[in-house]
Amino acid sequence: MGRGPGNPVSACAEGPPRAWGFTPTGCWRRRAAGPEKSLRATSPGNRVSRYSHGVDSPRLPDEDLRRYDRNIRIAGFGAEGQARLRASRVLVVGLGGLGCPAALYLAAAGVGTLGLADPDRVELSNLQRQVLHREASLGLPKTRSAAEALRALCSALRIEEHPIEVTAANAAAILSGYDAVVEATDRFEAKFLLNDACVALGTPLATAGILALSGHALFVVPGRTACLRCAVPEVVRGEPTTAQRGVLGAVPGILGSLLALEVLCHLVGLGPAGAGGRLHSLDGERLRLTTTKIAPRRGCPCGAAKE
Amino acid sequence: MRILVNGDGRECDPGTTVADLLDALGLRSGAVVIERNGTILAREAFAVTPLAEGDALEIVRLVGGG
Repeated sequence: MGRGPGNPVSACAEGPPRAWGFTPTGCWRRRAAGPEKSLRATSPGNRVSRYSHGVDSPRLPDEDLRRYDRNIRIAGFGAEGQARLRASRVLVVGLGGLGCPAALYLAAAGVGTLGLADPDRVELSNLQRQVLHREASLGLPKTRSAAEALRALCSALRIEEHPIEVTAANAAAILSGYDAVVEATDRFEAKFLLNDACVALGTPLATAGILALSGHALFVVPGRTACLRCAVPEVVRGEPTTAQRGVLGAVPGILGSLLALEVLCHLVGLGPAGAGGRLHSLDGERLRLTTTKIAPRRGCPCGAAKE
Repeated sequence: MRILVNGDGRECDPGTTVADLLDALGLRSGAVVIERNGTILAREAFAVTPLAEGDALEIVRLVGGG
């Protein structure tokens, strides 16, 4: 699974001396608009920064070194990791309880491009858990509402809105070109559909589910780790839904953050979180979070098991 | 005999299988992943695996909400 076109950072290092921005090709480029004065004042040629992290950081503009300072200081993350995030494209399918916090943390961390897929509009009963949406967004498509909230957080974020349902017919077209997919839908059928589509495309998948005070999350690296069908072979049917049993917003808050953490660790190369194959389970009633390593299942269509 | 289920102690009769335990807990086998004493238990083994004194089980129930 590639991370976009070649090495986008170095490939685009030559450009007119303006402020920096992110281009559709996944490249850092200088653009006309932006706070160029401060950049040029503090970072001539963008190679020397007064905001030093102990390494020469030629790949990030000074503004980003400041914005993402607390990321970059994490051991193993560095300016290199930040540049990788900026060159990454992540699709979030479902902008509900799980998708909102996941998208929020992916955007805040500096992922360059977020795809947002959801066919629904914001309803009043969404607001107790779907933290990107506001009263002013009632009736708007969730993709639009989420996009506005995320743009307010990060104006450089590129957003691709897909205000439609992901189906077996369109999954490959929508998913292709993304480096990772966050599955945050509210139906088992969609969870398995996205698992199968990601396995077929070789795209890493973070998937989760919630109900009342409980939930689970799994990160899948196709061909290397267990997939959702390795854990549970067939689409689960007849289980209660949140419309029946409810869900407290803090529960998808935790699990959506876990999805974002798995994806971020994977994109940056921090481990073992981003290595995948670990099933997290939250029992919110007891405040108990467990992690179980799942081996690829022999006979699973994903083919990750070594026969 | 005494076993541990998701960190909580529980009494069960000798000869109880993992599938019996799921029934008693009201869980469907198609929606759970079970780790027994640190090892994932194959789904086909649920009905033929008797629980033993001191077994520690983690039962992860997959849920569908989002």
